[in-house]
Amino acid sequence: MIRFNQVCKRYPGGHEALKNLSFDIAEGEMVYLTGHSGAGKSTLLKLVAAIERPSSGGVLVKGQNIRSIKPAAIPALRRNIGLIFQDHKLLFDRSAFDNVMLPLQICGFDHREAGKRVRAALDKVGLLEREKANPIALSGGEQQRLCIARAIVNRPTILLADEPTGNLDTEYSNEIMNIFKSFHQVGVTLLISTHDEGILRQFPARALHLRKGELQAHSTGSGQATDETTSHSTRPSNDKGQVAGYSTSSGQA
Amino acid sequence: MKTLIEHLRVLRFTLQRLLLAPNATLLNILIIGIALSLPVGGYVLLKSVQALGAQIAGTPQISVFLASGTGVGDIERIGDRLKQHAAIKRIEFVPRETALKKMQQSTGLSDIIGGLSQNPLPDAFVIHPKDSSVASLEALRDELKTWQRFEHVQLDSAWVHKLEALLDFGRMAVIILAVLLSFALVAITFNTIRLQILTRREEIEVAKLIGATDAFIRRPFLYFGLTQGLLGGVAAWLLISASLLLLNHTLSALAQLYASDFSLQGLTTGDSLTLLGFSAYLGWLGAWFSVSQHLWQIEPR
Repeated sequence: MIRFNQVCKRYPGGHEALKNLSFDIAEGEMVYLTGHSGAGKSTLLKLVAAIERPSSGGVLVKGQNIRSIKPAAIPALRRNIGLIFQDHKLLFDRSAFDNVMLPLQICGFDHREAGKRVRAALDKVGLLEREKANPIALSGGEQQRLCIARAIVNRPTILLADEPTGNLDTEYSNEIMNIFKSFHQVGVTLLISTHDEGILRQFPARALHLRKGELQAHSTGSGQATDETTSHSTRPSNDKGQVAGYSTSSGQA
Repeated sequence: MKTLIEHLRVLRFTLQRLLLAPNATLLNILIIGIALSLPVGGYVLLKSVQALGAQIAGTPQISVFLASGTGVGDIERIGDRLKQHAAIKRIEFVPRETALKKMQQSTGLSDIIGGLSQNPLPDAFVIHPKDSSVASLEALRDELKTWQRFEHVQLDSAWVHKLEALLDFGRMAVIILAVLLSFALVAITFNTIRLQILTRREEIEVAKLIGATDAFIRRPFLYFGLTQGLLGGVAAWLLISASLLLLNHTLSALAQLYASDFSLQGLTTGDSLTLLGFSAYLGWLGAWFSVSQHLWQIEPR
């Protein structure tokens, strides 16, 4: 579904955000992307969504090479990807309902059918009663769930989430992770960036660990995250960071 | 069907947005309306004057007024000589009595003329020349001036030519005005849309992130420009129509003094449709320029 092959990303000015990254994510897989802020997690997600292009190497998403994708083909690609942002990127000039409606409008959905889908998505994230509210009136957790509703209303096959539980307390985080888990169960491919070790323990899955733009290691969840943190502090750089191997998650539901 | 629904949705959205800031909308529409009404008003004025000119002028002629006291024999001789002239197609003799009667009928001066003790008008020939170019007309006039018993030779078409030249000048002025103000209209729309794009930057960014095509993002702005231009055209039409109503009211009093039924002609249906279509097109064009200039600058990061 998603394949990185020796991907480098250099920004103008020389900053190298990603260095020689290679990995594969299979269809229907749920994968964590871990690492400190500045490690390149967001850049990696942007490459998948064709928001950025790689400086070298190949990024294949659903068979399309992001490096050479034509601008006109990007909208169709993005309709297949649900994006969940840390800062939500909700529009405050319209209701929660209309925010979730936007992706369907873009696809030119029939109005009545679209309304049903929007309500289904809002119901899924538990915001059906708040459909008329302006997003600004919603709490941080509710805004995040609204962002998720918008990402899934179009039934994408890939979900990318950038720190979806970033500034939420454990209870809200768990709610959101349960929602993700249910998508995983229906076959959606998930790539979730996080530095929340609690989540990694509670919802174990394969994790890609980035450090200064390099792929450091993989883990299978439970207990591994802490090990990694310590191992990294004692082992600043392992060969070239080209670890592409991984093991399957032990605790997948 | 799907596209039609989408277009209707965008149209509704556009109207909502126009109504959202009624003052700004009204001001913009008024500016566009005034800008358009200037050349259109000039056009209306020219059209009316031109019609008046055509009504009066017809083909160019030379009037020759004979000295008073010219005998019948002399008149016949002069008539024969004129008929044989190579540059003259046809002549008409207007006896002084006929001239007086005509004058009484056509100018409404019958009261004054009726009070005259004798006919002050001379006998006259109306000469229709073969060639109606200004140079040959003037040559003929100068030649006739040297003839005996001709008191006054008048080239009737001279003022028509002057009017024509004046109208040409007016037409050019209207065209220049129209071109300049069309640019102004495009510029107004360009700026309005630019501001809209800037204030809706976030929305555009989000739309791009969730897979909106450029056409989808462009559409509401183009509709906005088109609608604003169209409403500006309607405003111009109303301004022109109201002005004509007022002007014709006062003009009819003036024209009556000259015993004329001259009035400014209103816009025909064709003129009106052209005005509306053109203003809508210019609005669309301004929006299109603005969108293609600014939209690519907004890329999600």
